[in-house]
Parts: sequence; C-alpha cells; structure tokens
Amino acid sequence: MATRISIPTALRQYAGNNSSVSIEAPTVGAALKTLTAQYPDLGKHLFADDKLRSFVNVYVNDDDIRYLDGETTPLTERDEISIIPAIAGGNAKD
Amino acid sequence: MDSQLSNDEIRRYSRHLIMPEVGLQGQQKLKNASVLLIGAGGLGSPLGLYLAAAGIGKLGLVDFDVVDESNLQRQIIHGTSTLGQPKHASAKARIHDLNPFVEVETYNTALSSDNALDILRPYDIVIDGTDNFPTRYLVNDACVLLNKPNVYGSIFRFEGQASVFAVKEGPCYRCLYPEPPPPGLVPSCAEGGVFGVLPGIIGTIQATEAIKLIIGAGAPLIGRLLLFDALDMRFRELKLRKNPNCPVCGSHPTVTKLIDYQQFCGIAPTSDGLTDEERITPRQLAGVMGAPGTHPFLLDVREPHEWEIVHLNEATLVPLNTLAGHFDELPREQEIVVYCKGGTRSAKAIDLLKNAGFHRIKNLEGGITRWATDVDPSLPTY
Ligand SMILES: [Zn+2]
Repeated sequence: MATRISIPTALRQYAGNNSSVSIEAPTVGAALKTLTAQYPDLGKHLFADDKLRSFVNVYVNDDDIRYLDGETTPLTERDEISIIPAIAGGNAKD
Repeated sequence: MDSQLSNDEIRRYSRHLIMPEVGLQGQQKLKNASVLLIGAGGLGSPLGLYLAAAGIGKLGLVDFDVVDESNLQRQIIHGTSTLGQPKHASAKARIHDLNPFVEVETYNTALSSDNALDILRPYDIVIDGTDNFPTRYLVNDACVLLNKPNVYGSIFRFEGQASVFAVKEGPCYRCLYPEPPPPGLVPSCAEGGVFGVLPGIIGTIQATEAIKLIIGAGAPLIGRLLLFDALDMRFRELKLRKNPNCPVCGSHPTVTKLIDYQQFCGIAPTSDGLTDEERITPRQLAGVMGAPGTHPFLLDVREPHEWEIVHLNEATLVPLNTLAGHFDELPREQEIVVYCKGGTRSAKAIDLLKNAGFHRIKNLEGGITRWATDVDPSLPTY
C-alpha cells in the first residue's frame, strides 16, 4: 500500500507542482529516497550530505520522526508523511 | 496596580462580560495586560485590531516600514489615507479610533540584539509577526531569556503555521527548527507572494491565543503546531516537543545571551558577492539598449506570472529554478544582463551562470522595479 507524502507549498515547484505524492516504502527513509530519486531537485532542498536538513522536519501523522525512529521509522498503509520546512513570512515586505 | 473598568468600558465590553469564560475578571485581566507586536504588517494588522477591540490595556508596536500601496491587499489596519505614513503611526491611529482605552507604545526601529531585551521586557506577551529568519530567532531567544510566551505565526502563499512558544512547560522555535535555512533555499514572501486573506486567518489565531493566555481560558496552542492550508481548506495539528538539547531552552543551554542573528542566518551584511563590473543600473542599460549595434542578451529570471504583469522588450524568460536546465540556450559570447523584480534572484542567477562558465554577465541593479522608476514610468510595478 502506498503512503501519502504531503509536499509543502514552498517546495512544490521542485516536485512537479504536486501537493502530495504517493509512494510505496517500508520506512520513512526509504519513502524519502524514492521521492527524491523521482524529483532530484527536491532532494537538494531536503538533504545535505545525505542528512535531512535542520530546517526541514518530517512527520509521520502528527509525530516528528526525530522522536520516533528517525528515518528507520516503519510505515503502515494508513500513515501520512508530512514535510514541514521553516517558513518566515508574516510582514511580507514588498 | 490593577485598574477597574469604567462604566464606558463596561458598556463597550458587555458581550465579553456576559460570557462566563471571560466575565468581569477576565476583562479586567485584559485591561491589565500588555502585548508587544513585532511587525505591523500582514499578521500585525488583524492582531492589532482584534487585540485592541478586545480591550488589551497596552499594545506595543515595533515597525520601521512605511505603508505602501502593495501592502493594502492584506494589511487591513492601514488604509489608502495613510499611504506613505510610518506603519506604527498608521496602526496606532486606527487602534485609537477602534478603542481609545488602549494605550499604544510605538517603536520606530528594527528589532536588534542591542535593543530587543529592553523593548520586550515590559510586556507580558510577545507576538511574532515578522517576515525574516534573523528576527524570528532573535524574538525566540529573547523570549526564552526573558521567560515570556511567544505567540508565533508564519505564512507563505496559501499556507500558514501557528503555535505558542517559550513558556516553561513547552517547546521554543529552536526546539522545532534548531537552525535556519541558508539564504536562497526557501523562497521569501516577496518572491513567493501571499494570499491576502491568509495573514487575516493566522493573525486572528495568534490574537485568540494571546487572549486565552491572558484570561487563562481553554487549551493553549503550546506544544502543538497548527498548520493551515487555504486551498485545501484544511487545518492540521502536529505535536511539538521540548528538545532537552535545545541550544536556548534546553537543560544545558549554549545560547545564554543574544547573538548576531544576521550571521547565524548566513546573511552577509550588504554584499551580494558581485563585483562592480558585474553590475549595471537601469539608466546605464537604457543607454546601451538605445544605442545602435549589438544589444546585450536580456535574461528575465522571474516566474511566468510575473512576466505576464510586465517585462522588458527583447528579454527572454527563464525562471531561476529552471535556469540550470537551459544553459545551452544562452549565448556564451554575447553580454548577458540578468534581471528580476528587485535584483536578488538575478544575483543568484549570476552565481549559477558564473559556475557554469559564463563570464560576460551583469546584474540589473534594482531589477525591473527600478527600471520602471528610473527609465520607463509607464510600466506597472508590483
Ligand atoms: Zn527550545
């Protein structure tokens, strides 16, 4: 069964403008690997030296994978992965 | 030092007073509370209005920007009649019109490591409505050091986030994101645009949380990150945890005073890394384009929808994020002048082009916006 990965607005341009991508994978790490193999530009934004960048958080359902088993966190068919990068906007100067 | 509500105030706040969750006690708490708004822009607009309407005793406004026409698509605390005025003054006047019982203190300055602690100290609650990472980290760290709740909100295009940080029992912004993205990796609002209603929704959520904290009602957004997507019209909630190793709020903090946040966020003070030979002003370019002979190749690195609004004659559109795939289509011997809206994306493009072996490249200083001001005022600016 495929797991849904939701792509944040700021990174959609690197993922074929998709708001979500469904991927079949046993773990979070494997799912992200498949995703970034499909969209190499997205990979550059998510990973640096094969490590998740520190301004990008990955959640399985409502839990941060840092507090689960990181990239080895297993996936079941009902899980949803969310990629949540830091965004700074508020005052939006022109 | 609690001051009592006057008869006028009792009439004004009657719809609060007859609700048991607020009541006379809650309303008095609001009157005795002080809230600092960092930024009187998109998020600061609904924040200022609703907090004033609710009867917060004292509001502080930190902003050094002026009201511009392009703000009014979302910054509803300002108006056409206050165009060109400092935002803190425009907001203060509107707040006093809405509720003269609110004391407003304004700070016409950029929040910095030198002034942040002094500005934040007198307030009960701080609300972060800024638009850049250095100020976000500065506000976070200052709130942790002063032990003040930081009501956080952030927006991008159709998407927003909100939470309450930096109270003893909950996580702070650095627990969530220990380090900021390097410049250029995440697009800013100026580049990405923002749906005008979005700051209204996120700012109103921040105002709700501030009021709840003051009156002690309900379940605050502590340890929870609220996500909102206006296109899908979906609210979601993620769990946030206090990171025991957090550099600022953890058990062995390494950040014990305010630092240089520009440097922390990898932002060099002014330089875009270009040499003088790699710059051209709109007036200089207009001279070259108006002369006979070979004209430089004009490369527009903005997005297609920006191109539709306005572009330069003879230009070719290749959006910055697709540039790497189009090097073959660019002339290697002809001079290339790169432009965007304001000159930032084109400077990044020049970096890419230099790395790809192009050497006759110039950045149009100030972008098409300055071209419209200095060369062709008939063009629209956005
Ligand atoms: Zn923390």
